[in-house]
Amino acid sequence: MTLGFTALELARIQFAFTVSFHIIFPAISIGLASFLAILEWRWLRSHNPIYQDLFKFWVKIFAVAFAMGVVSGIVMSYQFGTNWSEFSRIAGSVTGPLLAYEVLTAFFLEAGFLGIMLFGWGRVGPKAHFFSTLMVAIGTCISMFWILSANSWMQTPQGFSIENGILVPQDWWAIVFNPSFLYRLAHMAIAAFLVSALLVAATAAWHLLKGRRDALVKTSFSMALWLMLILTPLQVLVGDLHGLNTLQHQPAKLAAMEGHWDTNHEKGMPLYLFGIPDMQAEETKYALAIPNLGSVILTHSLDGTVTGLKEFAPEDRPNSTIVFWSFRIMVGLGVLMLILALWGLWLRKRQRLYEHRRFQRFALWMGPSGFIALLAGWFTTEVGRQPWVVYGVLRTEDALSPVSAEQVGLSLMIFVLVYFVVFGMGIYYMLRLMHKGPELIHSAPSSASDAELTQASRRPLSSVTEQINPPVERPKQEHEP
Amino acid sequence: MMDLSLLWIGIIAFAVLMYVVLDGFDLGIGILFPFFPEQAERDVMMNTVAPIWDGNETWMVLGGASMFAAFPLAYATVLSALYLPVILMVIALIFRGVAFEFRFKANSSKHWWDKAFIGGSVLSSFLQGVILGAYIQGIRTEQGVYAGHGLDWLTPFSLFTGVGVVMLYATLGCGWLIFKTDQALQQRMYRLMPKMLIGLLIVLAAVSIYTPITQPHIVERWFSLPQLLYFSPVPILVLIFTYLALKACRQQQQFRPFLYTLALVFLAYSGFLISLWPYIIPPSVSFWQAAAPESSQRFTLIGALILIPIILGYSAMSYWIFRHKVRVGDDGYH
Repeated sequence: MTLGFTALELARIQFAFTVSFHIIFPAISIGLASFLAILEWRWLRSHNPIYQDLFKFWVKIFAVAFAMGVVSGIVMSYQFGTNWSEFSRIAGSVTGPLLAYEVLTAFFLEAGFLGIMLFGWGRVGPKAHFFSTLMVAIGTCISMFWILSANSWMQTPQGFSIENGILVPQDWWAIVFNPSFLYRLAHMAIAAFLVSALLVAATAAWHLLKGRRDALVKTSFSMALWLMLILTPLQVLVGDLHGLNTLQHQPAKLAAMEGHWDTNHEKGMPLYLFGIPDMQAEETKYALAIPNLGSVILTHSLDGTVTGLKEFAPEDRPNSTIVFWSFRIMVGLGVLMLILALWGLWLRKRQRLYEHRRFQRFALWMGPSGFIALLAGWFTTEVGRQPWVVYGVLRTEDALSPVSAEQVGLSLMIFVLVYFVVFGMGIYYMLRLMHKGPELIHSAPSSASDAELTQASRRPLSSVTEQINPPVERPKQEHEP
Repeated sequence: MMDLSLLWIGIIAFAVLMYVVLDGFDLGIGILFPFFPEQAERDVMMNTVAPIWDGNETWMVLGGASMFAAFPLAYATVLSALYLPVILMVIALIFRGVAFEFRFKANSSKHWWDKAFIGGSVLSSFLQGVILGAYIQGIRTEQGVYAGHGLDWLTPFSLFTGVGVVMLYATLGCGWLIFKTDQALQQRMYRLMPKMLIGLLIVLAAVSIYTPITQPHIVERWFSLPQLLYFSPVPILVLIFTYLALKACRQQQQFRPFLYTLALVFLAYSGFLISLWPYIIPPSVSFWQAAAPESSQRFTLIGALILIPIILGYSAMSYWIFRHKVRVGDDGYH
């Protein structure tokens, strides 16, 4: 069951696995909750039923994602105690209160108003309903605030002293607003909105490709692409600032991200486009580099000095092979998102946005790119923090619970099984809803030809929907009375 | 100087009580599912809690996070000592939680999510009871770090308290459903409720006898003077409230069966607190010894004192909005 892994390795794999699954769902809820609030607000203002129909559609997908976020989040909040009890004992005095504030300010708010948002139509007025949606959206953002604050404090800890081996908070303002917090918060918030925008755009693109041309599909496509046009350049800027912040506070992480081994004196640092950092040989092999570009990006001068990974003791170095590539995956996908947004603008100007099939296919394929970039980014920052759990204060190996490898191996096995089955099904339900697409309930088709097209394209689709149910489960249903 | 640790123990005790009461009846509905095989009835049962279950479950997260913030030593020790039951409990809660959404999204696989809802509800209730039993038994520590084995929690006593909590939640769930349903479904709940109450009474009696036999450190707490005099009304009150609940069922009262069951929960919970006081890692570490630095407790307390009343306010509002009886055909938003 342990496959030769130590309890520490298994606990790290378990945390990485459970948190990677978890983060996908809050990222959707954060973005979609705000999208839903905007839709409902526009509906209240304009009484245009398009927005109502879009709301009714996306709220279903939101609800599935939200439920999965809640249950996978409970796992996270208890894992600090079950698997990382030494971290909890030593640093819980700082991270515990931040988590408690997350529960008090965000979790209850989301949970309390989610019921009204989902089930409250007809029980409360439209304005009260909108207020509930708004509270849920605000709740998701407050939740992000606290959890990013706790995470950032672990990256750039300050505002505490150490007494009897326990961290004692001295300055809560310094703890909450630690040096990397606002950069990471902004980077994550934009990422979450991009995740959702890409999802909405891909769903619309799917239906455009299938021939639907009604206002619901067009509006979602257009809204998502406008949002991306604003957010992608902003994310490039924020990402750059975040990188500079990392250079200042976690130079070892930055050197590992760039595969930069030797501090460059009096010559520019190159930027590797390709390479395989070798932790043993202490060099980046098969490198393909642009001279001086690293210095230009990181120091904004042609030959600015950047500390190399060799300046740090081998036991203090994060794994460059991983973060070098996770960082490049994130940046590469970010560039593709930018291209998508700009191409969209260009087509919009030429009024071909809804007709250009190659662009729609591109938007469809970019659908999951938000998640992949998000995970790659988190891998970069979390693996880059190693070997520390609280940077420079507490090593990951000293944070583990006194539990056996057998126990952790067993729980990890169960988590992998359960997550793939349960969340796999959840993701399947979400995809099926997206495949079905928004229904014209309150809004009428905009023209007769539109209506024909919509009808014609929707019928075969709905039959496909039924066919994609796993047929093997059909006979079992008969056993149920 | 205010005793911050004492205030925090009060807040945590309150959060856990809220959790037991609120998620107790949610989980109870899942436990009762097997008795009601009709899909339409199951839809009704689930819809009585669909808008509120998430808020109910959040009280458990508050209890955990408060312990993490105010008594990190206890949070670390207790959770790592009870590793497997805690992990399995949160996994069971996954099945129960997603079933609320997935069940209404699924077509041919709906019956699988019924089973997930039942299994998740029963298993998480049972494991909460096991955790409770293991906690009462005590957790072996050396210098604040867990010093026991991976399966110390697994004893006949903890298995029995596990069954007890399943019984308790099922009774609460039945009381809730009497309150939230009507006509045929409600009548069946009225018939089920007395059996639940008698079962619960037997379980409570058994735990009350079993605990002092196996846990000598708790005997002193209960059976020495003058404590015995203060505590002696507890079993009498249990009998009185069971009687009242049975009578309320017979008279077909709407809310009282649930209300009197709540009183039973409250009594059982007080008994639990009396047995443990003042230990947060029984039987050796008191909550003062496990306290976080004062700055942690004070910083979080400010938020808790301001926000908990507000949370109670909007949670109550949500219950008020969804106060109506749920009937067959009420579809929610699905």
